[in-house]
Amino acid sequence: MGGHSSESGPARTGFMGWLNKRLPVDAFVKGSMTEYYAPKNFNVWYFFGSLALLVLVMQLITGVFLTMHYKVGEATAFDSVEYIMREVPYGWLLRYLHSTGASAFFIVVYLHMFRAMLYGSYKAPRELLWLFGMVIYLALMAEAFMGYVLPWGNMSFWGAQVIVNLFGTIPVIGPGLVEWIRGDYGIADATLNRFFSLHVVAVPLVLLLLVALHLVALHETGSNNPDGVEIKDNKDAKGNPVDGIAFHPYYTIKDVFGVGVFLTLFCIVVFFMPTFGGIFLEKPNFEVANAMSTPDHIAPVWYFTPFYAILRAVPDQQLGALAMALSLVCLVLLPWLDRSPVRSIRYRGWMWKTALTLFVISFVMLGYLGLMPPSPLYTTLARICSVVYFAFFVLMPIYTRLDPVKPVPTRLTSDHE
Amino acid sequence: MSTRITRRRSGFSVRLLAPLLLVPLMLAPVAMAAEAEGHGGEPAHVNWQDWKANNQISDQASLQRGAANFANYCASCHSLKYLRYERMAKDLGIPDDLLRKNLLPDGAKPTDYMMVNFPKADAEAWFGKMPPDLSLITRSKGSDYVYQFLKSFYVDESTATKSNNLALPGAAMPAVLSELEGVKRAVFAEQGAVGGHGGGPVVERFEEVAAGSLSPEKYDAFVRDTVNYISYAGEPSQLQRSALGIWVVLFLLVFTGFAWLLKREYWRDVH
Amino acid sequence: MSDTSGAALHGSPETPAVDNSRRVFLTQATTGLAALGAAFAAVPFIASWSPSERARALGAPVDVDVSKLEPGQMVTLTWRKQAIYVVHRTPDMIASLAGNDGQLKDPGSKASEQPAYATNVNRAVRDQFLVVIGNCTHLGCLPKARFEKAQPELGADWPGGFFCPCHGSRFDLAGRVFQGSPASVNLRIPPYYFSNDSTLIIGKDDAVQGVA
Repeated sequence: MGGHSSESGPARTGFMGWLNKRLPVDAFVKGSMTEYYAPKNFNVWYFFGSLALLVLVMQLITGVFLTMHYKVGEATAFDSVEYIMREVPYGWLLRYLHSTGASAFFIVVYLHMFRAMLYGSYKAPRELLWLFGMVIYLALMAEAFMGYVLPWGNMSFWGAQVIVNLFGTIPVIGPGLVEWIRGDYGIADATLNRFFSLHVVAVPLVLLLLVALHLVALHETGSNNPDGVEIKDNKDAKGNPVDGIAFHPYYTIKDVFGVGVFLTLFCIVVFFMPTFGGIFLEKPNFEVANAMSTPDHIAPVWYFTPFYAILRAVPDQQLGALAMALSLVCLVLLPWLDRSPVRSIRYRGWMWKTALTLFVISFVMLGYLGLMPPSPLYTTLARICSVVYFAFFVLMPIYTRLDPVKPVPTRLTSDHE
Repeated sequence: MSTRITRRRSGFSVRLLAPLLLVPLMLAPVAMAAEAEGHGGEPAHVNWQDWKANNQISDQASLQRGAANFANYCASCHSLKYLRYERMAKDLGIPDDLLRKNLLPDGAKPTDYMMVNFPKADAEAWFGKMPPDLSLITRSKGSDYVYQFLKSFYVDESTATKSNNLALPGAAMPAVLSELEGVKRAVFAEQGAVGGHGGGPVVERFEEVAAGSLSPEKYDAFVRDTVNYISYAGEPSQLQRSALGIWVVLFLLVFTGFAWLLKREYWRDVH
Repeated sequence: MSDTSGAALHGSPETPAVDNSRRVFLTQATTGLAALGAAFAAVPFIASWSPSERARALGAPVDVDVSKLEPGQMVTLTWRKQAIYVVHRTPDMIASLAGNDGQLKDPGSKASEQPAYATNVNRAVRDQFLVVIGNCTHLGCLPKARFEKAQPELGADWPGGFFCPCHGSRFDLAGRVFQGSPASVNLRIPPYYFSNDSTLIIGKDDAVQGVA
């Protein structure tokens, strides 16, 4: 019988045979799941990639259904959100799933990025994987920012005002750029409408494309692991990594468990504390946008506050905005700043461990400080933390070269967790 | 060639992360102690900023009383523009005939939103602005604030309404509940007195100027019921939300349990 | 040696087979729960398409004051986005209804949609008021009132009724469809009742009375 037979067996018959002659279904399943080998020692830090994909899908689905009832426009947006909350059957659930999902997305993504820092997953040959991830992160921040404007609450309005005004600090083109972004002389209906279009259509498409590229790049190099050891260096007679296991069924099943834990915690928040003390859904946003009345205390949503704290720490408007931008650029450059011959923290020396610990403390502190209203004490603390944050990156080429590392094994050390 | 270093302790990362989940729990008693302890050795004064509404949305009787209170004392000026009469009656277990008799204004249909027929021009002439809609006030300002507001009116000869409010200084709203609560005067502590928080004026005590028709306990209950109702109006679906949530979380726990067993079973293969 | 491809499932000469039945059970149980969870999760999304409270409120029953409606007159109003015709029929009009039976497709209103109290000959709670949904049962156009007998374009034996301009369907003064019309079913009758002599409530059955 003719037909395209793959290396691993005779051609399939029936419907699957018909399908496989026209679409590489079996090859795809084999190549990325049943015969794709991942290190066997993934620990808890390795759940967050699949969880990020889950949250993305959840946001897309809840977002589609919310858009069926939301009415964009200065005069109607706020009321339409209350309509969803009160009058659309289960509308309150759609809304809370989406708002909690936004915060959950950042929790998951931050932990996902931190894993890369722990185990050197951004180092060669995975630099492009890291870059795609950073672009996803930036796109996600844009998506979240625009999404937050849509309910047209008072914090939506003033948050948009502040963030869009930041672009005005760019020399020469700044003021014109701000008016161009807004489409009006102040944050207005035009701004809301274009943010709606970008949030619902454009950026989700970009995100999906980037996530696909991110996964393709991952599968090209294979995953890193907590030991930072390249499993492809040790293959068995069949050409499979000795320390690898098939993604399906082992990691598909393990990820299902991870999904269960995540959804449990997620639903506890959605059903019992959806505003999360005013951090996930902020109090001033339950008042409609009012250009004549600024909330007592403007703060961005929690996931932006570390960068906001850096912005506020610098006493100059332009330099503050520049510092904020540079704080993100530093993250992007991580693969090239880190000169250590060793990937995983397990085999690094005290210098890296100290630096990373200080970085984490400063990042969390900055996040907290960004939520708080400014005060002399807080400003001083924010300045110290900002210096620590930048020092982590700027000095990295030096201390990662000097760091007394430990010998790295050639085989994985932990069986599985 | 291949050096197999001693097997690491497994679960290190989980043991690192899991305790972090306990941090909020550990901080809670510290936070509460700090709150309580703050005003220890200072002269006694009225900590009105610490008054808590403690409202229970699940207390349907309280919500029903609150609905009556609101209809009788608030609804002529304050709208609840996102809430329909029939929806409220359904959620609060109020039968249709009682709704129509006691809570539905003349000319309104049960499906109408709770609006107010207050001419804007009059409102601006009398108060300077329209009385605000109260649908979301507990969500934007908190139920504690509303509770404090309704209990902190005091006599102030210098204002147009002859009253003022501690929670909202300069409030345009007159002390409309004074027939129930009575009228009181606030005795402020000296300038620069220590204590209190939030930077507002420190109240040493309240003095009764005229008694109201309700005792202080009854007035307090009246306010709590009303705040409870307004809090319900802020998010009517909260009743359904908690009820559904129990089932969802239980189901997810069972599912996660099975998923764990499945994982453990398959991972026996991996050594 | 780690098993990398799940071959342990089937066993081999070196390694004994794993407890296959336990794996199958756990896989089926977990998959079953997941499917159940997915079905539960779908409910809010599907339910969110149902008419919202606003739609239901706008679709609430409508009051009509019929005391001002003269005999022979018709008033049109909206209920649930549909046109409702209320016709104050004269005794002549009512009397003519019985004679139409031979020319009608469904004189007994067996196939058409109306409340139980409107299956009588005159298809009404009170004979003098016809309450009917003004959408032609062919493809939905609004039939026009042609109450006068023997109209030019409708023929000398036209007893009076409704004529749909879109495709020519004809209905009598009880909304019953004439033979030869593209429509095959009588005009629909909504739920309604009279709360008193002059007030007609459209959109609701009166549970207590049923018949006014």
